[in-house]
Amino acid sequence: MKSSIVEPLPTDDDIIVIEHVYKSFGQVEAVIDANLTVKRGEVCFIFGPSGGGKSTLLRCINHLEKPDSGIIIVDGIPVSDAKTNIDLVRAEVGMVFQLFNLFPHLTALGNITIAQEKVRKRSKEEAERIARELLERVGMPEKADVYPDQLSGGQKQRVAMARALAMNPKIMLFDEPTSALDPEMIKEVLDVMLDLAKEGMTMVVVSHEMGFARAAADRMVFLEEGRIIEEATTEELFASPKEERTQIFLSHIL
Amino acid sequence: MAVTTKTEERESKLIPWTGRLADVPWWALIILLLGALIVYFFLISPTYQDALLFLRAGVRLTIGVSLISFFLALILGLVLGLGRVSNNVVFYTISSVYVEVVRGIPILVLLIYFAYVVTPLALQFLNWLGTTMSGSLAIGPLVGLADRLADLSIQDVEMTVRAIVGLAFAYAAFEAEVFRAGIQSIQRGQMEAARSLGMGYFQGMRYIILPQAIRRVLPPLGNDFIAMLKDSSLISVLAVRELTHLGKLNRARTFRTFETWNTVAFLYLVLTLSLSVFVKLIERRMAYEE
Ligand SMILES: Nc1ncnc2c1ncn2[C@@H]1O[C@H](COP(=O)(O)OP(=O)(O)O)[C@@H](O)[C@H]1O
Ligand SMILES: [Mg+2]
Repeated sequence: MKSSIVEPLPTDDDIIVIEHVYKSFGQVEAVIDANLTVKRGEVCFIFGPSGGGKSTLLRCINHLEKPDSGIIIVDGIPVSDAKTNIDLVRAEVGMVFQLFNLFPHLTALGNITIAQEKVRKRSKEEAERIARELLERVGMPEKADVYPDQLSGGQKQRVAMARALAMNPKIMLFDEPTSALDPEMIKEVLDVMLDLAKEGMTMVVVSHEMGFARAAADRMVFLEEGRIIEEATTEELFASPKEERTQIFLSHIL
Repeated sequence: MAVTTKTEERESKLIPWTGRLADVPWWALIILLLGALIVYFFLISPTYQDALLFLRAGVRLTIGVSLISFFLALILGLVLGLGRVSNNVVFYTISSVYVEVVRGIPILVLLIYFAYVVTPLALQFLNWLGTTMSGSLAIGPLVGLADRLADLSIQDVEMTVRAIVGLAFAYAAFEAEVFRAGIQSIQRGQMEAARSLGMGYFQGMRYIILPQAIRRVLPPLGNDFIAMLKDSSLISVLAVRELTHLGKLNRARTFRTFETWNTVAFLYLVLTLSLSVFVKLIERRMAYEE
């Protein structure tokens, strides 16, 4: 399975390359000429007003949205190339959704094992061992046999992260992982994300949690009306945003 | 809010006992009463007992035909339902044409058409295949098969088989729509999550979407099974010896019109009512789980 993946050059440090990507839905131009590069181990934080195209851009990375034009290369593989087996790319790219999207007919453990068994072809025992380790890691080992509808929002999102991590992804994508959570549950999710960042996971995070950005992000990207308005290191962006629109947006939410 | 609830509670206690009569499931009581009456007739009347004995085989065949037909309809319906939600234009179009055409024709006409038009045509095709094969492809075990195909005659295909397959083809169109609705009722995020984990479309369908969709469509499938059990009376036109056909025969045999059709109707009711109780139980269990 692995052999069909083109191994990236060792010197190639750019794990995600986005070049001139456009995506529209009918009349709505969701993403306009996006250019972005994410390095291995980097945490890239994308923010901006609602409807600005953040989700669309993120979903282009694992091809849940098909760009109208442009190039996206993930770990050396051209994602939008018709010859690419997108399932192989997706197995290397974990995604965490705003509304969790846990599988309601499976227990927490089942949610975390299913893709390990069916995609990674791990044995049931191995998949369960890994799943239990991950449940431990996200701080809820006692919830293995519980169904999603009996979990709180924060617990659901932590199971969702464990589910993605079980595939040993090289990249994790987060689409507003805390936006649907009650305030008291946000921290438990952010803590897991902070740990991940510390361990050197490559992360692309769409969020409004500026505290998380300050603590973990290497680079920040401001997206508005489908365009990347500004891209800077976290220090630069918090200290002195160059674009007026970034300043206005930040002044509203900080 | 709390205050009104209390008032309502107090009021409900004040409702006179006549008002509560509306809560009694009268329909169930009436059916029970009628049932008891009919059982009483069966017990005292030799005519009814005779009819019952004669019709017994018909009940068995009706159940058998319904079970097999419905099973086949489920399989074909699932395939067609997957076609109805497929992005593959060919698969989608074939499924849609099938569903629209079959749903637009009365089941009785479909059954006759299948038994007297489709089956002979299919047989001619098999005969032709057999003859062609024995001419050109006469190798090893294929010889026997080819000869057998060539010798097939229309009498070899029993009416019961034609009826079963006909019913299955007719109901597959309905089940396809049930499956389609079930699949489409599952939120888009489910397939997206499955795909984001590297599952292919069919893996996502099989492990994530269908298990949820099928649970949701169990009640409508149950109702369709009841409907099919009733519609199986239509195959009496093909002289299949199921319940209705045996009813006709019993009337011709005994000239007891009244008793015969009472018994037939009663037997159908027993079958459908017990099934619908079963479906209600499933529905209630699903309600708890969701
Ligand atoms: N599947 C879709 N169909 C039609 N329009 C969409 C779809 N997804 C997103 N859009 C539109 O694209 C624009 C960008 O959406 P999105 O990427 O979700 O923004 P954000 O995540 O920044 O809030 C919005 O105007 C939205 O209405
Ligand atoms: Mg969004």
